[in-house]
This record gives sequence, C-alpha cells and structure tokens, in this order.
Amino acid sequence: MTKDVSMEARNLVKHFPLHLGFLKTMLSKDIPYVHAVDGVSFKIRRQEIFGLVGESGCGKTTTGRLLLRLVEPTAGEVFFKDVEVTAIDLEREMRKLRRRMQIIFQDPYESLNPRMSVFDIVAEPLRIQNVTESEDELRDRVAQALEDLDLNPPDEFMYRFPHELSGGQRQRVAIGRAFVLRPEFLVADEPVSMLDVSIRSEVLRLLMSLIERYNSSFLYITHDIALARHMCNRIGVMYLGKIVEKGSTDKLIMEPLHPYTEALIAAVPVPDPTARRTKVVIKGEVPSAINPPPGCRFHTRCPYVMPICSKEEPELVEIQDRYLACHKYNG
Amino acid sequence: MYYQTIRGYVRAVDDVSFKVGKEDALGLAGESGCGKTSSALTILRLLPWNARIIDGSITLDGEDLVKMRDKDIRKKIRWKRISMVFQGAMNALHPTYSVGKQITEAILLHEDVDSKEAVERTEKLLELVGIEAEKINRFPHELSGGMKQRVVTAMALACNPDIVIADEPTTALDVIVQAQVLKVMKELQSKLKLSWILITHDLSMITETCNRLAIMYAGKVAEYGDLAAIYKEPLHPYTERLLSAFPSIVGPKSELSSIPGFPPDLLVPPPGCRFHPRCPKAMDICRKKEPVPVKAKKDHEVICHLYT
Repeated sequence: MTKDVSMEARNLVKHFPLHLGFLKTMLSKDIPYVHAVDGVSFKIRRQEIFGLVGESGCGKTTTGRLLLRLVEPTAGEVFFKDVEVTAIDLEREMRKLRRRMQIIFQDPYESLNPRMSVFDIVAEPLRIQNVTESEDELRDRVAQALEDLDLNPPDEFMYRFPHELSGGQRQRVAIGRAFVLRPEFLVADEPVSMLDVSIRSEVLRLLMSLIERYNSSFLYITHDIALARHMCNRIGVMYLGKIVEKGSTDKLIMEPLHPYTEALIAAVPVPDPTARRTKVVIKGEVPSAINPPPGCRFHTRCPYVMPICSKEEPELVEIQDRYLACHKYNG
Repeated sequence: MYYQTIRGYVRAVDDVSFKVGKEDALGLAGESGCGKTSSALTILRLLPWNARIIDGSITLDGEDLVKMRDKDIRKKIRWKRISMVFQGAMNALHPTYSVGKQITEAILLHEDVDSKEAVERTEKLLELVGIEAEKINRFPHELSGGMKQRVVTAMALACNPDIVIADEPTTALDVIVQAQVLKVMKELQSKLKLSWILITHDLSMITETCNRLAIMYAGKVAEYGDLAAIYKEPLHPYTERLLSAFPSIVGPKSELSSIPGFPPDLLVPPPGCRFHPRCPKAMDICRKKEPVPVKAKKDHEVICHLYT
C-alpha cells in the first residue's frame, strides 16, 4: 500500500438483523437484514478531508463507525496506515489504535455526559490512554485543548457542566475531546447540523485550523452537499448503502455525472434569489434498505432509467476523472 | 409580546412590525430564540399563560386582532383566516387515527358541513398537496416524512385560510424531499391565492420560496423589505454576516463568515442596539441609543445606526 494513504476501506459490508418478535423469528426461515452498508470502498489520503454525502439512512454514519470499529463489519476490511483494523483481536491492541483515531458525534446534547465537568470530559481520553505523566501535565493538555477551541479563558470553562454551555460551546468541547490526543485520523459525523447557522461557520473554522495544525486526515459525514463542498477535498456520494459517485469535490459539484448526485445538487436551496436554476426534482423517497431494489438501487427514482438498470447492478468503475456506478456511462 | 418569568420579563418579541400582502410570501429568518415563533404565536394568540401582549396591533383586513376576545379569535380567525403548520407538526399527527379522519375532524369542527362533504373536501385537499385520494384512510406510520409534512400542510388549508404560517416546515426532511415540499407550497400559493409566512433559520429556503424577507435578531426586526433588494444589498451588519455564513452550491467558493459571540439573554437585553456586542461596525451610539427603522429605499427598511 502506498505511503500516503491514511485510511482505507475495502468492500465494507454491514447488515443489521431485523428484530422481529420471538415467534416470528422461530417460524420464519430467514431473518430479514437491513443492508446498511453494502460493499463500500474508499481511500483517504494523508491530510485529506474526504466527505461522505447522502440522505438519511444511506449508511454514511454506519460507514464512519465501521472505520473505527465502533460497529463490527459483516464483511470487508479496514486499513489504517499499514494496520488492518478489522483483523485486531485484542481489545488492548484496539485501544492503542484508538489513540490515533477519534470521532466527533452529531449531537453535542447527547454525546457529553451531563454529570461530568468539561475538564473530566476532555481529560477522559488522556486518562484512558495514560498519556500524561502528572496531574499538572493533564491539566495543561486540557487547558490547551480548550484554548485551541476559543473556549477562553480555559479555567473558567473547565469546571462547568454541559448544561451550562450553549450548543456551540458544547460541540467545541466535543471537538476538544476528540483532538486532545492529537489523532491522525478523525471521523466527524454531521458536527454542525445541530447548530445555528451563525455559530456553525465559527465551529467549522476552528475544526479546519485544528486539522491543519495536527496534520490529521478526516472523514466528514454530512447530508449537506453545499457544506461538503466547502470542507472537503474529495467527496463520495452514497445511496442506500453504496457509493454511487466518488471524485474530487470541484469536479463532482460542477459536473455531476450520476443522476442521483445531480438530483442531490439540484435540490439544495440556493441563498440567492437571482440565481434560480432549472430544477429537476426527483420523485419519491429512499426505498427501504431491508429489500433494496434489484439492479441499480436508484432505478426506482431515476429520471434516465433504462431496462438494464432494474436487472443488473452497475459496478463502481473509473470513468474520466472519477469513480461512477451508473449504466448510463457504461458501454 | 413579553414572557413573564420569575426573573422578570423575557422580551421575546419587542417592537416587531411587518406586513403581509395578498399572495405575498414573507420569510421570517433568524437564529433560534430570536422570536420568530413567538411572533407567529402572538398573531394567532396561541400563547402560553405567562405571555403578555404589552402593546401593538395586529391588523387583518382593518380589524385589530389584539383587541378581539379569545372566543372570537377561535371562531373567526384561527383556521378560517389564518392557520399554522407548526414546527414538527408531522410528528404530532395522532398515531391511531387515519390522516383523513384528522383532517375531516378539523373541517367538521370549524364549518357547518355534513360529514360526507367534509370527506370530499379532505380528498380534494390531499390531492392538492400531491397525495392520492386513496391514501385518505392511511395511518401516519404508513406514510413517509415528506408525505406527513404534506398532510399537515393540507390540514392547515382545511378551512380555506387567507394566510398560512409555516414554522420550520422542512427541518426534519432530507434535501430532496425538502425540495418536493417547497415546490408544493409554491404551487399552492398561486393556485389558492394564499399568503405565506415562512419561519425558518435557513435563509436559502426563504430565497427559494418567498418574495419578502424580515430578518429578526434578539426579538427585534433588523432588516425588512423586498427579498431581492435585501439580498442584493444587505444593509444591516447582521444580515450581511448571516448571508455570507451560508455555503452555496453554485458560484465561486467563498470563505464562510461567522458572527462571533452568542445571541444575548433576552431577560436583560443589551442597551442600545441589541446586536452591538457582536457587531463588527459598532459605534459609540450603538451602545447608548436604540436605533429606529430607516427607510433606505422603497420597500427596504433597516434598523441600524449606520444609516441614520
């Protein structure tokens, strides 16, 4: 593997068994599965910000968690630098690795323990990983982390509890917790979707400056393709557990090839009344991931559907400057 | 309108004025807690017990709603003249009644029709928002989020109102479904000659659907007028910052600006202009004197000392 790849996912699959009642489980021959992630592969290069974009339920969050092994994959491999994350058996080994990869969750109202002070929240990873030698050093590291996030002066924030903070401050604490170990790889799962717009850009700015400072590579999960455009170097668009298009941000946004990417971009409201674009609003909603449609999973809503689409599943192949899974461009 | 609390009055809506003409769509925008929803609830007088309307008037066709008795508001105004789609209304549908029944109930309660006619009207309403009439007997859990949102929109239209207030109608929906719902709303506006008041924190949604805009900050209107005019030339520093805080999918990539600090506590709002602690262009006068509305152009008002 090349040196500049930081994180690689190969054919990741995650199926969640559906919980029926006891009787139904006993009687039915096969248990239905939710096909949350179905064969997803991508590489994240060093110092790169890779965006995963898609509607809710497309499997982007599950993919992020699979990378950190917060959920166990059904199949597929994850490589971090030259370590195969999915092959590690020992919890101790895994813990060592977690020091180098962290996650920021979506909702700072739920991801922070209400009974822990800001100091304890940010210090917890350091304590678990045993990285500091003295209480003083621990304190300094926490103070530094808070200062990095403009929670100034840190002494004032350290002994507050989450309920005394605003949403933006809470999310900053969550970011501080993720960065306090100076990880090489980070997953951010919709880190600003719960925040007000005016606060959002400030949090994103801080996030970007930290990524730059620690040379981390980054997986940014979002449903907002306009935001992904501002944040990411490359974007992968997911639909029902699969990546349908993947490429550099500028190319993908300026010239989307997959009909789903096109629709996703067309649906984004534009904050400019003078720039009304012609709109193709696609019909219907995402089908259930329990029985995903055969063939191309998007064919039920695709405006360019062809007979082959419902029969054969398109492969993700390299076309021009990107990867694409669509029959329209095959052949 | 203020909320009375143990610690004093929360000045949730303080000297807010706007007009909605026929077939207008007004967007009310601002951060959470800036008084958007409270303004709407004041119009419909759906206020909690501790709310006090201190002063001001709400005029609908020459009649002052503030002076009206509760009973009359209920009988004559709500649903029939002004109706509302509440925030998260799609999750407030009764789970054990079919959606049709829930709409029919509203019609029967407010209008003097028999149940057969009410059912017919319900079917028409559903078709109007793009749901097949056969789905009238479906239960909320059988419908998707986008469809539920359309059902509550249909419900708001049940008694042919003139004005519909929609409070964050698409926040819980995905972009594609959001675009579908907004399209329905726009079509209804021209078909039924409706006026909309759209409450949202998402400015880009307003630019897609509305023709007029009021930007609120900390219980006050900061800027108000024709949408295109405000967009072309935002005058208030808050509007300016808010507009450039949005990432756009078209045009050149630009640096996202941000507004430092946090919205103020409305129990003790800052003296003078309420935005001055966060304003990059704050002057001495901003800390002392409250600005008054200035007519910058025809159909464009701004409340800021920079223009007085």
